Amino acid sequence: MITLLEARNIGKRFGGLQALSDVSLTIRKGEVYGLIGPNGAGKTTFFNVLTGAYTPDGGEFVFNGSLLPTGKPHKVVGRGIARTFQNIRLFRDLTALENVMAGHHIRTKAGVWGVLTQNRFTREEERLTTERAFELLRYVGIQRFADVVSKNLSYGDQRRLEIARALATEPQLLALDEPAAGMNATETGQLKQLIQQIRHDGITVMLIEHDVKLVMGLCDRVAVLDFGKKIAEDVPAVVQKDDAVIAAYLGGGKHAH
Amino acid sequence: MNELVAAVPWLGKRNPTAARWLIILIAIAAPFIAWQFGRSWVRILDFALLYMMLALGLNLVVGFAGLLDLGYIAFYAVGAYTFALLASPHFGIHLPFWLILPLGAAFAALAGIMLGFPVLRLRGDYLAIVTLGFGEIVRIFMLNLNYPVNITNGPQGINMIDPINLFGWDLSRNIRISEDFTINSLFLYYYFFLIAVAGSILFIQRLQISRIGRAWAAMRDDELAAKAIGINTRNMKLLAFALGATFGGVAGALFGAFQGFVSPESFSLMESIAVLTMVVFGGMGNIAGAVVGAFVLALLPEILRDVAVPLQQTLFGHVLLDPEVLRMLLLSLAMILMMLLRPSGMIPARARYCHDKHLSQHLNNTLKQEGAK
Repeated sequence: MITLLEARNIGKRFGGLQALSDVSLTIRKGEVYGLIGPNGAGKTTFFNVLTGAYTPDGGEFVFNGSLLPTGKPHKVVGRGIARTFQNIRLFRDLTALENVMAGHHIRTKAGVWGVLTQNRFTREEERLTTERAFELLRYVGIQRFADVVSKNLSYGDQRRLEIARALATEPQLLALDEPAAGMNATETGQLKQLIQQIRHDGITVMLIEHDVKLVMGLCDRVAVLDFGKKIAEDVPAVVQKDDAVIAAYLGGGKHAH
Repeated sequence: MNELVAAVPWLGKRNPTAARWLIILIAIAAPFIAWQFGRSWVRILDFALLYMMLALGLNLVVGFAGLLDLGYIAFYAVGAYTFALLASPHFGIHLPFWLILPLGAAFAALAGIMLGFPVLRLRGDYLAIVTLGFGEIVRIFMLNLNYPVNITNGPQGINMIDPINLFGWDLSRNIRISEDFTINSLFLYYYFFLIAVAGSILFIQRLQISRIGRAWAAMRDDELAAKAIGINTRNMKLLAFALGATFGGVAGALFGAFQGFVSPESFSLMESIAVLTMVVFGGMGNIAGAVVGAFVLALLPEILRDVAVPLQQTLFGHVLLDPEVLRMLLLSLAMILMMLLRPSGMIPARARYCHDKHLSQHLNNTLKQEGAK
């Protein structure tokens, strides 16, 4: 198995709160990797540090064999890591199609001069961007709503659109922050299929999720965070039986042993 | 242009081609109609076109990129002063128009970047305050740069600026065709400015439907998400400031040449607010809104001024309210009514960020596929 992402001793502190301490984990190419833990365990902070939204206090990320820049989101995306947000963050006044097209920004090159003169390169790039965006909308199953302003989409479709937008950046690693939050059973089932399809198409997926059934059914390996520390990392079946994990979830803490 | 066509009441949706020709016809015929009421009205139309250019440029910054700029008139000033300094007896320099115009645009763009850098991390109210300060700084510079070295000639301003000269054709001279038929220079300026506005619309429309326009819109709607999909928000903000300023600079250079005189008082905070009002009044974030807003708000006060004095005289026998006071009063009233009745502007159209052609083609394909199933 080839390692895609290696996090080495990542630390992040907010004032008096140690949100992440010495978190190290490895994600292999082609797997679905789950990141779980109780509320406030530091999962989303880990995502934010990974994708450059926050600068870590310590540690480093090695992605595809070289160091990942910290604190520079657009460079991280350029290297091939895309993310979605826990609370959906679409460009609300843009249509579904335009959202995905915006996601293609980093893979396109047209500059001011090209745009003003509308030279052949720019026109062709624009045509391809539209085409690719439509393909992605079809891929996540919302091509019918291509021309609908995204704030008017249903909740489940907004989630799908956010995934399509992330895929438009052509990532190798897709980081999904609680994609099933607020979904009903049918929608969660469809989401599971979509994630499996994404993995099948060669994109590694990292997943924060509270829906235990989804995590256990989908993930190849799972890491558990509690109070900013990694307390377990293994295949779901093993993690499920881990004492520390059970204690963390049931609220026993260290003293319960 | 498409947005403008769609904004034509009744006709726009039914027959876009006819609406398009109607707009072109009105644009061409406007000065002739205005001439019937007196030459000053053609002059007012010329200024309306300059305001359109300003509104278009500011709309790019405020409407597209979501950066509230209250000092936009500073770029107008930079353009105007560039022209004034390089084509007037003040320094004795008389560079050709085609050289100064890009210079004015470039200096304004540079000023835009200079403003952009320190405000990169600011949003909303904070950004508004800093840009407001920037606008005032530029004006105060113009006001005080006459000592120890006289650069801007201070509050007296710069006089006798060269008129626009297109390859030896002086726009400020009336063309005499026969004894009783001359084409007034105001007409020449009108059509020249009209071309400039049309060019601005074309450029801005192209920017809007491009990866740059989408990046601006993304940044405006959600900056964090824009970063997360790989948009370099720093560069995109600077680009918005620089390009917005360019339009201001070009308009300023045209203003300087047209007016023949520039002084700091033309670039007060009230002017910045007036241009912003035009953008908001017309409908933020769409080209048609900026054009219509500028047109209406540049003309409305003049019409009121013309009507107010005789009306008051017939009603009260004397003038109760000075037209200038009335102007601000009625403008404010217009804005309040606007906020109540049409809070998203006269033309609240949502701007498009992809080609209609591409969209309909793909949507048709989708429909066909679903029909086939």
